[in-house]
Amino acid sequence: MSFILPCPFCGPRPVDEYAYFGEVTRRPGPFPTLRELTEYVYFRDNVAGVQREWWQHRLGCGEWFLAERDTRTNEVVAVHLPEPERSGEEAPSSPPGDPVAAEAT
Amino acid sequence: MRLPRQRDERIDRGRELSFRLGPWESTGYEGDSIGSALFAGGRRVFSRSFKYHRPRGLTCCTGHCPNCLMTVDGVPNVRVCVEPLREGAVVEPQNVLGKLDFDLMSIVDKVGGPFTPVGFYYRTMIHPRKAWPLYEKFLRSAAGLGKLDEHAGHSRRYDVEHRKARVLVVGGGRAGRAAALEAAREGAGVVLVDEGDRLRGVDLAGVEILSRGRAIGVWEGGLVPVDCGTVLYRFRAERIVVAAGTIEQPLVYPGNDLVGTMFPRAARKLIREFALKPGERAVVVATEDRALAVEDDLRSAEIEVARVVDLRETPLERIQALARHGHVRGIALGDDEIECDLVVASAGRQPSYSLLAQAGARVEFEPELGVLVPGELPAGIEAVGTVAGDGLPPVAPRPSYTGRGKCFVCVCEDVTTKDVKRAIAEGFDSLELAKRYTTVTMGPCQGKLCHLPSVRLYAQEVNVYETDIGATTSRPPWAPVELGLLAGRHLEPTRRTSLNFRHEEMDARMMWAGPWRRPYAYGDDPEDEVRAVHESLGVIDVSTLGKLLVEGPEAADLLERLYPNRFADMKPGRIRYGVLTTDGGRIMDDGTIARLSDDLYYVTTTSTGSDAVTAWFEWWNAVWGYDAEIVNVTGGLAALNLAGPQARQALGRLTEDDVSAEGFRYLDAKEIEVAGVPCLALRIGFVGELGYELHLASPAAEHVWDRLLGQGAVPFGLEPQRVLRLEKGHVIIGQDTDSESNLLNAGMSWLPKLDKEDFVGKAAMELFADREVREELVGFTMEDGVVPPEGAQIVIDGYPAGRVTSARRSDEVGAIIGLAWVPPERAEDGTRVEIRVDRQLRGARVTHGAFFDPAGTRMRS
Repeated sequence: MSFILPCPFCGPRPVDEYAYFGEVTRRPGPFPTLRELTEYVYFRDNVAGVQREWWQHRLGCGEWFLAERDTRTNEVVAVHLPEPERSGEEAPSSPPGDPVAAEAT
Repeated sequence: MRLPRQRDERIDRGRELSFRLGPWESTGYEGDSIGSALFAGGRRVFSRSFKYHRPRGLTCCTGHCPNCLMTVDGVPNVRVCVEPLREGAVVEPQNVLGKLDFDLMSIVDKVGGPFTPVGFYYRTMIHPRKAWPLYEKFLRSAAGLGKLDEHAGHSRRYDVEHRKARVLVVGGGRAGRAAALEAAREGAGVVLVDEGDRLRGVDLAGVEILSRGRAIGVWEGGLVPVDCGTVLYRFRAERIVVAAGTIEQPLVYPGNDLVGTMFPRAARKLIREFALKPGERAVVVATEDRALAVEDDLRSAEIEVARVVDLRETPLERIQALARHGHVRGIALGDDEIECDLVVASAGRQPSYSLLAQAGARVEFEPELGVLVPGELPAGIEAVGTVAGDGLPPVAPRPSYTGRGKCFVCVCEDVTTKDVKRAIAEGFDSLELAKRYTTVTMGPCQGKLCHLPSVRLYAQEVNVYETDIGATTSRPPWAPVELGLLAGRHLEPTRRTSLNFRHEEMDARMMWAGPWRRPYAYGDDPEDEVRAVHESLGVIDVSTLGKLLVEGPEAADLLERLYPNRFADMKPGRIRYGVLTTDGGRIMDDGTIARLSDDLYYVTTTSTGSDAVTAWFEWWNAVWGYDAEIVNVTGGLAALNLAGPQARQALGRLTEDDVSAEGFRYLDAKEIEVAGVPCLALRIGFVGELGYELHLASPAAEHVWDRLLGQGAVPFGLEPQRVLRLEKGHVIIGQDTDSESNLLNAGMSWLPKLDKEDFVGKAAMELFADREVREELVGFTMEDGVVPPEGAQIVIDGYPAGRVTSARRSDEVGAIIGLAWVPPERAEDGTRVEIRVDRQLRGARVTHGAFFDPAGTRMRS
């Protein structure tokens, strides 16, 4: 993996500068069923195609952002800053429940 | 044994270099390759083949074929034909039992033929089953090429360098140089990479030349790593121009591997560059003018050219090399038998398309030329010269030469035409399957010399067109790379605290704690340091703790949602213990949270958790968008934990602020001045005694440390601290918990506040609450004086049912104490469990709560 990823602030930089935090998942609301919760914590869609995912420009400006990346070609279609839940503009998109899963990637 | 001076000669006859092949001393000249120096010394056999141990000699002289692999200065599988000769080089032959010229294993070639057909070891070595370990031992020693010197250690240093190029040209031939010059006219940033030395000292206006560099692959984003021996340049190029040229292909006929068989390029190189005479009497068989022109070179070296065959004009039904002791003694062409000791043969040239294919180019068989050529290229990469198939003559017709003797398709793996035919007959009816079964193209050359012949042979045998077979996938690296080069230099930064010099001055025993170097203990007996903390006063450097500032009008809301317990109701100046959990309900990290003001919190994390916790906070806040900033101040602040019954008096003597029992209560956080240095003092009790954690600017740490020692504080290390915290039953996250632990089974069910609207892990905890706990974290005391090691099994009815996570001898408690995971039915206070230590079962009693001062009166005093 050696593609170039554009940071919303710093522009195109080698992927080595970023930390990857997995695909964007939907955190269930209060009182989920066991199935809803385990799906959110453990299951991933793992799409072969364009995927929304979390990135952090860890060795750069440190910004957290979302990228839409084609997992087959590593082509980055778009990057944008997250719309926080509390801005009320977009449905909540959350980090997966288990950081162990994210660190393994 | 050198020819008179040649026009393109690369050797410097004035500078002699000595080297050794095994016990034989020999010499060569500056500019020689090890191969040419050995050849000049009369050596013709350079290696023994992989399976049959047939003698092999210089064949390609370009570093592609496996025939000159030797061990040089302890490094195995060096292609000596292109390895520059160095003074004092020690060369050893490989894959030989005995001598290069008389290899005991070559018996396989004489008698093994009928017994060792392709895939023989899958079939013959399975009976009797019991004998497999024997077979395995033999096969392991017989298989593989070269032996690694296990004692060589880190004899070489490797580095990685990141570079940028506007245009990166791979290949320094005519087309590559022209492309580089053209690119340089448009501006700077042009780099030309060439495998050899031919461009050394050449001036190409504006082009940076990297000699003896090999592009080993093309990755996404225009990444081209270039192998320069001990330096790997990771080039990012905007445009990549591949001018890798072609690779000569072997003619497939019986005896095509005999010593004395060479490609035209090799013969020309030996004569022109090294002034060597590759033979006495030669036969040339080729398909194109450029290869046939080697005749002139041979004649100029006063080699008798017995016959020159142009396969385009004289198609031959029969070509068979005649052997004497594995060397060429003649060749049968049609009905003629010609005596010779040198066969210069080539089937034509195959574009070296691998880098292009890796970049995404389709590779197709071109029926007109009879070779595989790269098709449409992706953006950002170009092919120039013969690699694109431009100006390439067609190759020889399909190999159909008959005769006696082994006819090699793949010299690396000793795969003959018979093997491939047999594999097809056995039902391996696609090239990919036949490849895996016969291992054709899977040897050191990785198909450079055998992919095309095997495709052609396969097409011929199953009667299909080569165009329908296609090419196998090209994968990096293009040529063998030393693993050390890929690994680079071992550069893992060690973290040291600002008190490191003090620890060293005191001869502390240092140990690794994650990336940190920390004192294990200062004296010989950690017990002394434990006693000092209990009886008088101790101080420990806890600067490794992660330290975060969370500030903003909504800082409280952020923490409230990150932690299972409550923080919004905390008064400024108070401290609370917190455990971070994931949405899976698992324990992630712990620490203390001090509220410094309404909108400023000071959060500590475990020593290894600071980066992960910072990322965790930031990530969640990117989701939620609270008005709060998170700053990791771990590196900037030192921290000292002053603990012991005399801590208050000692601190009182160093500060004018109020540190009285009433003025500075347990779990208070206060900004005070200690020895003139502003500190954030946290009154907490990790080690179970009255204690103050002082957080202060790193540069002042030594000063405060010295003053505390002046007050009689005894420095204590990590080991005494572990004993002390175990006496209190305090859990170390990651030591006593793992990725399966949650607050309910780790004995912290009091901590989460499930009436909060939301926090990370709430839903999981609610679901866990109804479920049966499978194991619980409890304390235990041993019945005898044995300290069980970490990970020791708890045994119930002969089965492992739990494990010890920590255990230490405690003088204060007067027993061996520890923490362990046990099944819930054994978690009752006083239950007897058995722990396996050194194959013996030792009894222990389950306990709950602190072993020492369970009411906490000492730390609250």
